[in-house]
Amino acid sequence: MRFLFKTDYEDDIRLFPHSGYFVSYGLLLAVLLIAPYVLSSYVMSQLVFVCIYATVGVALLILTGFTGQASLGHAAFLAIGAYTAAYLQKYGVPFPVYFLAAGLLTGLIGALVGFPALRLQGIYLVIATISFAFIVEEILARWESVTNGNEGMRIKAVSLFGVAVSRDSPTFYFLCLAVLVLTIVGTLNLLRSPTGRAFVAIRDSETAARSMGVNVALYKVKSFAISAAITGFAGVLFAHKLSFISPEMFTLQLSIEFIIVILIGGAFSLHGAVLGAIFIVMIDPFLTYLKDDMPGIIAGIAATFGAGTQAAANVQSKVATFASLNGLKGAIYGIIIVLFVLFEPLGLYGRWLKIKLFFQLFPLYKRATFKRQKIYVKSERNR
Amino acid sequence: MSYFRAESLSLHFGGLKAVDAVSFAVEKGEILSIIGPNGAGKSSIFNLISRIYRPTSGRIFFEDQDITEQPPYDIARLGIARTFQNIELFENASVLSNLLVGRHRHSTTQLWQELLFLPSVRAGEKVHRRRVEQVIEFLDLEPYRDKLISGLPYGVRKVIELARALCSEPKLILLDEPSSGLNVEETGDMSFWIRDLRSELGVTVLMVEHDMSLVNRVSDRVIALNYGRVLAMGSPAEVQQHPDVVAAYLGA
Repeated sequence: MRFLFKTDYEDDIRLFPHSGYFVSYGLLLAVLLIAPYVLSSYVMSQLVFVCIYATVGVALLILTGFTGQASLGHAAFLAIGAYTAAYLQKYGVPFPVYFLAAGLLTGLIGALVGFPALRLQGIYLVIATISFAFIVEEILARWESVTNGNEGMRIKAVSLFGVAVSRDSPTFYFLCLAVLVLTIVGTLNLLRSPTGRAFVAIRDSETAARSMGVNVALYKVKSFAISAAITGFAGVLFAHKLSFISPEMFTLQLSIEFIIVILIGGAFSLHGAVLGAIFIVMIDPFLTYLKDDMPGIIAGIAATFGAGTQAAANVQSKVATFASLNGLKGAIYGIIIVLFVLFEPLGLYGRWLKIKLFFQLFPLYKRATFKRQKIYVKSERNR
Repeated sequence: MSYFRAESLSLHFGGLKAVDAVSFAVEKGEILSIIGPNGAGKSSIFNLISRIYRPTSGRIFFEDQDITEQPPYDIARLGIARTFQNIELFENASVLSNLLVGRHRHSTTQLWQELLFLPSVRAGEKVHRRRVEQVIEFLDLEPYRDKLISGLPYGVRKVIELARALCSEPKLILLDEPSSGLNVEETGDMSFWIRDLRSELGVTVLMVEHDMSLVNRVSDRVIALNYGRVLAMGSPAEVQQHPDVVAAYLGA
């Protein structure tokens, strides 16, 4: 175990507290940089989605995790970013310009959503943001002259310095990775400066924040704007990755997926947002795999334990019917959220911290180390 | 002209007069205590000053400036800091970041500068950090710097609230029951700190307190309230002898 001996105020400010961080993050970066030349195109494609989801996760974390303002409307912000990009691209606007424009416009709309949200808290704010998402979805479907309605819009490949960047190329992956890294660094910078502390202050006690001189309304609007702007940037990349966007992609389901990203990752850490993004991107192929293979496996087990051919085939068809039920995916998402809130409120990142501590303290680790914290977090949620 | 002045301040909730035409003045460098039975309107006066409530009528002046209509976040910027009766700390943050929030009124950096963490932000952070360190030293909080508030005992939290208010370098500090929930020893420490606030940092103190021994030890003057009205004003001894005050506490 390493004990830091702080000798300078700089020690509390710098992003990497000690040299070990350079090694581990340097290694991670190296792995991420050589990944496109080693991994299959399918895995790379998933990795691009991880980058995009993690970017949105960080954005949502700023609003929900740090400022304490819940939102189920982030799919709408993503949609606004995506459609702005598609619309501007149609008129020959170059990529860097519409990329920035999409982020700024989404940020502006985020600020506008923030104003009515000033008077709302908790569940009421969630409902307000859901309504906002529905309004945006409806506008996208009806405003045909701009959005092409339910037919959706095509979006051509990114053009950087006159070269077309295919959505499957390493360059596009690097672009997404760069956006994610810049988002994370910006967020870390924010968190170690007055604005970030004001956000956390608002989350924990608005009254105290106000009496310390924090203009609560202004900072809530700022938080909405920043969160929306980052989501808008991610939206541009999302549109390019899919190369086709239509209103039914940006539904409540997507907003819930973003909530899952931060909830499962760990609601108060940036590591959590990335872990959550990996989780949400991986769960889909995993469920597909289960759906395809589980009936056969279960039938095989049944046969091993003495079921006849007829009975095994019967089991197989029944399991297959169950696996292709409508809404099963939603139910599984729901169960996962409930289980995490009950048993691991600090998410995957919390679990990782415990594993790390176990090895640091080995053989002295006690299960009770995190007990008080866990009870505390739970009682907070019940309020 | 006095340093801080409340003129016929009233706060009515429907027919209930929580604060009823209360006038008082605080001189610069003074420690003034407000006492009174439960529900006398002591904390309501604090909430009027820090603009959590809007007064029904009356005016508040600070350094000859009318602050009755200032938005709540501006009160801190003018140099009035406060603590809360039921601790209002930022639970899921470290002690250090709680104290740094106290520095908020001194921050001058813009959002875009903070996103890039420009040298100006870094320099500002170091200044804030140094100030916070002085307060940590003043209140003996060294062991707790990196601890989360949610894991700290009540007595320490109470001191951290005082520290957070001091970090904003206030001219006037409002202490809402600084000794509630503290044991005798901690109350003793608190009384030393309150006196040091004035003598070392030159802060004027307005305090609501139930513990008469603490009031006697630190206050220059005392105001006794009951049912939102001023019963008596004067030195601690005078106020405690006042027949109306005795009646309010012990019954007529």
